[in-house]
Amino acid sequence: MAEVDELSKPMFAGLSDVSISGDIPVEGEINVPVGTPSHDDEYSTLDEPVKDTILRDLKAVGKKFVHVMYPKKSSALLRDWDLWGPLLLCVTLALMLQGGSVDSKEDGGPQFAEVFVIIWFGSVIITLNSKLLGGTISFFQSLCVLGYCIMPLTVAMVVCRLVLLGGSGMVSFIVRLIVVTASFSWSTFASTAFLADCQPSNRKALVVYPVFLFYFVIGWMILTFSPSA
Amino acid sequence: MAANSDFLLQFQEFDSSESHLGGIGDATTISIEDTAAGSHNPQKQRRSAPVTSFEEDNDPLANDDKTELLSGQKKSAPFWTFEYYQRFFDVETHQVRRRILGSLLPWPGKNFVHLYIHNNPDLYGPFWICATLVFVIAICGNISDFLVFLGEPQYKYVPEFRKVTIAATAIYSYAWLVPLALWGLLVWRNSKVMNVVSYSFLEIVCVYGYSLAVYIPAVVLWIIPYEAVRWLSIVVALCLSGSVLVLTFWPAVRDDQPRVAIAIMTAVVALHVLLAFGCKAYFFSTLEVKHTAVDAVAGHGTKSPPTTKIQ
Repeated sequence: MAEVDELSKPMFAGLSDVSISGDIPVEGEINVPVGTPSHDDEYSTLDEPVKDTILRDLKAVGKKFVHVMYPKKSSALLRDWDLWGPLLLCVTLALMLQGGSVDSKEDGGPQFAEVFVIIWFGSVIITLNSKLLGGTISFFQSLCVLGYCIMPLTVAMVVCRLVLLGGSGMVSFIVRLIVVTASFSWSTFASTAFLADCQPSNRKALVVYPVFLFYFVIGWMILTFSPSA
Repeated sequence: MAANSDFLLQFQEFDSSESHLGGIGDATTISIEDTAAGSHNPQKQRRSAPVTSFEEDNDPLANDDKTELLSGQKKSAPFWTFEYYQRFFDVETHQVRRRILGSLLPWPGKNFVHLYIHNNPDLYGPFWICATLVFVIAICGNISDFLVFLGEPQYKYVPEFRKVTIAATAIYSYAWLVPLALWGLLVWRNSKVMNVVSYSFLEIVCVYGYSLAVYIPAVVLWIIPYEAVRWLSIVVALCLSGSVLVLTFWPAVRDDQPRVAIAIMTAVVALHVLLAFGCKAYFFSTLEVKHTAVDAVAGHGTKSPPTTKIQ
């Protein structure tokens, strides 16, 4: 390309007077950039209907839920992180853990703010722990994974509330215990599948243990939930 | 140069090495190792580490590699960067496992810090052991309440979530403020009496953190609603973790005046005992309450509400 520019400058016009047989073969390709954008960002999203905008985000959130339900090693959760799903799950869980025991003085269950703080503060601490141990995951990616993997526990909470509607005896306790144990192991397994790749192999257990503790505490809060009489 | 050779004569125990050490390369090697050894000294006042590095520097080429490594280790980032704190998490799974096992099985003559910490104190163990202990105490206290009052129709189960915050405050302040006070005390005594062994703040935090690890199985045993089992487990746990602390800190204070040394060790043990019995009394007190309630039933014929607990 530089050669072509140089040959076309008027400075070298005198060269045309020189008798050289035929055209001077120039090697190389000339690429003139055509002005078509290849990235999606250049496409303006201001003009699309609001429904499309919302649906696109909802589809992304839904796709991630599916990834949590069937955890295989895919990088979709990590690549396009978002915090909508964790926020939705956290608010749902905190609301359901309220239980209606707001009136009694002997209220022992966790308040909304306590659940919120435990989930977010716990996720931040686990992320910091993972990064300090030399993990290659970014801060918000880790928050995203930990938040989305609360989904099995939220499902377990819904199931527990339904079971408690039928009575709160020994049978319902055993059913709830099984459901909560299964969902807590599912959460731990799902988040480990995403997070463990980002750690050096001699520190994997050091990173997995706080995640186990985190989901264990949330599972405990779900299991000990007792509605007011 | 002359100062360096004087320094050589003072530290070296054999003069024959001086003939090996000629030339410019070795002289620069020794001066860099001086700064490396010098920065080691505030941490440990034992002379063994610099002497071994002097003995090994017969080969000038190997020295260049070692000085590169040594100067790389001593570079520390400023405290507002992330890398500064990454230094304290430089442990692997098997190291943490060894440290926990070492704190569970203390042996007279084996110093926890020298044997397991090896100049590499970490913050992972103390932080997560304390977090586990907080949640285990709260959960097991809840379970023990439930088991004690099982079968009583008037008892309504409440998950007492407030206790988690109280347990967290107690355990974390014990595991971080007591080492701070102890470290300050040891530094002050060090300025008066030269001790052979001295510990840095992080090593003391490490010892306290890992010594709390033995309480986790003990607290799980406290679920069993029999007083004999609870007393046995608390005594065994106290002996194990107390002996880890005593064996660690005795070499640091034994060169001091005997009254001061005994006073420091008594304070360390007393605080530890206070923590154990305080936790037991606050979180697991329902057995005593139930017995007094049963006595009240026998005495008065009315049943006192079981939810009145000692707060």
